[in-house]
Amino acid sequence: MINLERRKALKTGSGLGMLAILSAMGLIQPGVSLANYEKNAFDAKSMSETLEALGVHALEDNSSIRLTVPEIAENGAVVPITVSSLIEHTEQIFVLVEKNPNVLAASFTFPEGTESFVTTRVKMRETSLVIALIKAKGKFYRTAKEVKVTAGGCGG
Amino acid sequence: MGNPMRIRAAVQDGITEVKILMQHEMETGLRKDAEGTLVPAWNITELKAVHNGKTVLEGHFGTAVSKNPYLVFRFKGGVSGDKITVSWIDNKGDTRSDEVAIS
Repeated sequence: MINLERRKALKTGSGLGMLAILSAMGLIQPGVSLANYEKNAFDAKSMSETLEALGVHALEDNSSIRLTVPEIAENGAVVPITVSSLIEHTEQIFVLVEKNPNVLAASFTFPEGTESFVTTRVKMRETSLVIALIKAKGKFYRTAKEVKVTAGGCGG
Repeated sequence: MGNPMRIRAAVQDGITEVKILMQHEMETGLRKDAEGTLVPAWNITELKAVHNGKTVLEGHFGTAVSKNPYLVFRFKGGVSGDKITVSWIDNKGDTRSDEVAIS
């Protein structure tokens, strides 16, 4: 299975040349970069496709995840988001916007010693649920909040 | 070679907070220019922060991360004067790497 995925990655071509150079420089470690499941997740359109690509089969709501978003975003092009997880052994945080053309906005991986906390800014096409998805010890947890968008941030 | 990032890193009570402002268009691939042609997607796809040879954060971005991406994260350890290196790569294979000392 893993090998098949790797074949696919190798076939996809051009951009990977640079990745090979970067790997050689030690800038981006092979195996970590372009994890194929993540690429599929970023390309996925719907919530269900995205969750499937990420390998999420069961999902629990969890109040130990703090998601800070504005209630109303006047500018959908710049919506500040802060996620912090009090769940032990949080490995990854995914930021999802349910009604965006591609649901997955960003993912972050936290090595031992890094706090499971991140602040960033995302674009939102329209009023939507924003979901913080946490992976901890191979299990997935989520919390969600709605952000009302008065001017969309996608397209022109 | 991409445009330089602005990075600030400060340590307080054993926790280092890193703030990064990247300069990148982050085109969604859905926007049309004045002539009505689609502007192709152009976005940072991967990001990595390294402290003393150890990776302290890895990130993957889709096109929905805002133009000129902003990021804040925290890690344990880090001493004033330590170097932190942040690198990104975009979907066209362009890269940028910048270094800052913890204050």
